[in-house]
Amino acid sequence: MSATTNGSLAGPARNEQVSRALGRRRRRTSHIIAALCLAATVIGLLFLASILVTLVWRGAAGLSVAVFTQATKPPGSNGGLLNAIVGTLIQTGIGTLIGTPIGLMVGTYLAEYGRGSALANTVRFVSDVLLSAPSILIGLFIYQLCVEPFGGFSGLAGCLALAVIVIPIVVRTTEDMLQLIPPSLREAAMALGAPKWKTIVLVCYRAAMNGIVTGVLLAIARIAGETAPLLFTSLGNLNWSVSLAQPMSSLPVTIYQYAGSAFEDWVQLAWVGALLITVGVLATNVLARFALRGGR
Amino acid sequence: MSTAMSVSQDRQASFGGVHARSSDVRMNEPRIAIKRLDFYYGSNQALKNIQLDFPDRQVTGMIGPSGCGKSTLLRVLNRMYDLYPGQRATGDVMMDGMNIIDPAVDLNALRARIGMVFQKPTPFPMTIYDNIAFGVKLHERLSKAEMDERVEWSLTRGALWEEVKDRLNTSAMGLSGGQQQRLCIARTIAVRPEVILFDEPTSALDPISTLKIEELIDELKHDFTIAIVTHNMQQAARCADQVAFFYLGEMVEVAPDAEMFTAPKQRRTQEYITGRFG
Repeated sequence: MSATTNGSLAGPARNEQVSRALGRRRRRTSHIIAALCLAATVIGLLFLASILVTLVWRGAAGLSVAVFTQATKPPGSNGGLLNAIVGTLIQTGIGTLIGTPIGLMVGTYLAEYGRGSALANTVRFVSDVLLSAPSILIGLFIYQLCVEPFGGFSGLAGCLALAVIVIPIVVRTTEDMLQLIPPSLREAAMALGAPKWKTIVLVCYRAAMNGIVTGVLLAIARIAGETAPLLFTSLGNLNWSVSLAQPMSSLPVTIYQYAGSAFEDWVQLAWVGALLITVGVLATNVLARFALRGGR
Repeated sequence: MSTAMSVSQDRQASFGGVHARSSDVRMNEPRIAIKRLDFYYGSNQALKNIQLDFPDRQVTGMIGPSGCGKSTLLRVLNRMYDLYPGQRATGDVMMDGMNIIDPAVDLNALRARIGMVFQKPTPFPMTIYDNIAFGVKLHERLSKAEMDERVEWSLTRGALWEEVKDRLNTSAMGLSGGQQQRLCIARTIAVRPEVILFDEPTSALDPISTLKIEELIDELKHDFTIAIVTHNMQQAARCADQVAFFYLGEMVEVAPDAEMFTAPKQRRTQEYITGRFG
């Protein structure tokens, strides 16, 4: 190698000054790029920090035991958020439980069975469109399907709307994670005489576990804060109710109603609600990270 | 650097050793007999009219330059090619009166009889114990005690037991590359196949691990029929009882290994083993 660099190459001989100037320019460019990246990071983090600080500042001021023990009440009577908290837990929980298995199976079909087939390509396209569909449309869709025919808003309709949002997120992450698994791992399982479904369930899912769980968490985080799809489905409920057949309260809808109201205690509760959602989603993420690391 | 050194030093020694041994090499009855085998990737023919016997409980080494079809042949023997549409084989690959490439063959049962170890170690993301138990559970129903015994037996035969017996319930992903490969061999043995296929089993390993695996193969041939694909001619010389040379989808020559490396009949074989090409 070294022989060829000095030999009969065309162009001027290597010049120390030119070489040093090029080195300086390289360093300068590197510093500029590093500074730009840092600046972008700081700007991003500043916004995030300012949101979090404001949220904690305004939300913590209204935190009290009553928030967790009392349902929403008329303005001026210092109610709590119990019905909204429970409503959000129920709807997010059931929405995730319905959406995750469907998304998981569709993602598995796309990655393992339907690779390259016309059906799979269509399903993938539709799922991707659904992923970026405005959530209010999903609310309207469920409204047409489950609210109008049954003559009323219901918690169940809210769950279904949230499930529809969960599905494409889980589909995408499941497919992506399964495709990241090297074919050699599948072949190794098949070479032992494992049928395809056992290879997928016992080996591939386990190898893709972290990614799939992350996808489900993303979905939970997303639907826990969704407002629009609930407006046309579970509507919101100012009274205590856990019946899936009745309109059901939820934190985002309550925040939406309270934050814009003229009553000081309602606005305060809206801040508390926002803080609760944020902390809840954050806690879910941290817990899952912990659990996954423990399982490794 | 050290790899190349040790291998080239080995060359003389192993050639000598093989030569001394070769006089009493006797080929057993074939466990698998291949006749008129053609293989196609789509319209591209990768194997042409292959004729080759794998003698019972002996090691058959397959050498040849990249893309010559030796790995393809291995993947015919356990029907691995079936996973991919567009790949097809015609001809006779006979084992106990059954044609392996017959579409009616039960693939899961076939793969229990013909195990395979791959180029890169492929431990499953589970504990060492579960890695071994995985394959066994597919074909047998064992009690916990029987399974414990099987796991110990196969890890012992895989020359890994002493290193892992105190951490059977830790993840197999924490093992070194060489250990992972021996785990994969133990996992294959655990199913108690009749034939084991090795597809360049040491090409991702360091010289020490390579040596261990080669010793292991030497040990395993007492109970299993072994086919090994390798890019390393010294490895073929060290491990194999008979060596087959492949070139451009044809099997050029097959001979007991000493003969192959000292007195090849074909000019192409000679050119390849003397490093003229490949």
